[in-house]
Amino acid sequence: MKKIEAFIRHEAFEPIRAELLDRGFPSLSMLEAKGSGRQKGIVEQYRGSTLTVNVRPKLKLEIVVEDKDKPLVVETILKHARTGEVGDGKIFVLPVEEAIRIRTGEDGEPVLQSHSEEEIPA
Amino acid sequence: MKKKLGLAALFAAFAALILPGAASAASISEVSGLVGEKTSELDMVWVAVACVLVFLMQAGFMFLEIGFSRQKNAGTGVAKVLVNFAIVTIAWWVLGYGIAEGGGNDLFGTSGFFFHFDQTIGQGEEAFNVAGPDAMLMLYGLAFCAVSLAIVWGTTLERIKFGAYVIYAAVFGAIIYPLVAHAVWGGGLLSDIGGKPVMDFAGSSVVHLTGAVGALAALLLLGPRKGKYDASGNPRVIPGHSMPLVGLGVIILWIGWFGFNGGSTFETSGSFFGEVMLNTQLAAAAGVIGASIAVWLKSRTLDVGMAGNGAIAGLVGITAPSGFVEYWAAPIIGIFAGFLVVYAVLAIDKVLDDPVGALSAHGLAGIWGTLAVGIFASPRLIVEGAGPGIWYGVFGDEPLGTALGQLGVQACAVVFTFVVVFAISIATFAAIRATIGLRVSEEEEEAGLDISSHGMYGYPENFIPEPEYSTGLPSTMGPMATPAPAVSPMSTTESA
Repeated sequence: MKKIEAFIRHEAFEPIRAELLDRGFPSLSMLEAKGSGRQKGIVEQYRGSTLTVNVRPKLKLEIVVEDKDKPLVVETILKHARTGEVGDGKIFVLPVEEAIRIRTGEDGEPVLQSHSEEEIPA
Repeated sequence: MKKKLGLAALFAAFAALILPGAASAASISEVSGLVGEKTSELDMVWVAVACVLVFLMQAGFMFLEIGFSRQKNAGTGVAKVLVNFAIVTIAWWVLGYGIAEGGGNDLFGTSGFFFHFDQTIGQGEEAFNVAGPDAMLMLYGLAFCAVSLAIVWGTTLERIKFGAYVIYAAVFGAIIYPLVAHAVWGGGLLSDIGGKPVMDFAGSSVVHLTGAVGALAALLLLGPRKGKYDASGNPRVIPGHSMPLVGLGVIILWIGWFGFNGGSTFETSGSFFGEVMLNTQLAAAAGVIGASIAVWLKSRTLDVGMAGNGAIAGLVGITAPSGFVEYWAAPIIGIFAGFLVVYAVLAIDKVLDDPVGALSAHGLAGIWGTLAVGIFASPRLIVEGAGPGIWYGVFGDEPLGTALGQLGVQACAVVFTFVVVFAISIATFAAIRATIGLRVSEEEEEAGLDISSHGMYGYPENFIPEPEYSTGLPSTMGPMATPAPAVSPMSTTESA
């Protein structure tokens, strides 16, 4: 199992989410993040004085998938998050030891993404 | 007065037409007495409308200051305005009105304490017994006092102890503001300087400079907010959390100002309040334009807060001259005030932490407004004994000496206000600092005054994601049900 963490621009999130759902990956988390990188901070004007905000807002996407699905997810993120400008973000891939579904207590790869074989109550 | 007599004659003629034989001398005097009574009541209705508008300005100060604060100090602004408004009301009723308006000597009034019906106020020929109209005027005076007090706290945002409000509000409403009001409006020292009265129509000095000087005294003893200046003493920007709230505050103040200046006519005769209100609007508009141009020249952007400060500065600037100048002078006064406020805010920010610009918008613009009377006062409008503005001495045929004399008298008002208010205010704040303390602890400042002074947040969801789980209510949610500590270590989520 792999955890894919991607720091992306806000506007990249919706196309990534839509395509991952299409390809059978409905489970993901998204967090508001702030960070610094090669992209410079934001220079603001306030009451005639200059204010530099050194960290920029980004989204952090977290998706856990089976090892074999990793390239597909990474490719989807790259496809939509890349503009070619500084500030597109980064992707990190981490190994995951265990995954447990809280509702049932079952564990392992089946809990990660696919929901097709069971009825999901509304 | 001519107009009133004319109206009386008209009434009498009308009465003679419909009541044949009734136009005797007695009935004419009866009718003219009735007209006088109704005119006086109409005057008081206008003052009542104006009074409510000035009370509304409390909401303006509330929103302006909350908008310029960070989210962790939003709720405290509400409590501050309510408590100050309440205390100043009682202080004014007990002592303040008497000191301001109760006749007496050059320095303070000596009657009218615990204002009540049929009370004799004033001495000798000017004495009167309290009736309805006096209550109206007393209330209107309170509205001004409350505005002046609200100005004081602009410099103290985000770090002052709540107890300081309680003590200073009482001293301010009972002594500080009444002393200045007595000197200028209550027949005191400044109403006759070598035969010339100070002309301050609605209080550029009496109300606005007074408030700003109190604000300066508080700020000098309080010091800047944590993090306002870096290690080498350069100012850093601490942005307020809501420009929409600032804008709402500015517009409410602007609207309220029509009561502030317009109501200071105290009468409806000749609809003179219309002239005053038009002057007010022209100066406010010019203030916005002046400040917008100034800040654009400085930073190449149109700063939202500065445009608001410009409106306030224009309004403060026209407060003293509003009843004494012609329409053409109002935009000149306003645009200068707008420029002044921008450069003053930037200069003051280098050494003093004044989050809303009160020292500039109320203090310096207040001084400018008071002096502007001496520059632009029209011979048509000046009060008896006063000199016209020097403009009419230089470009008109008014005696320049008299005009310069009046400018000097206006300057006296500025100096008097500054000295009296600063001396009493700094003593009061020093006493507060020596006893209950003036400033919250560093930890409380970090956490924000909302949680540390009031035990709650102005915007709970921004600090406690699920506030209903942290109230100590019975719950099966486990650790989430733990009550939040009184002072949360919020430094990591500080909204700056």
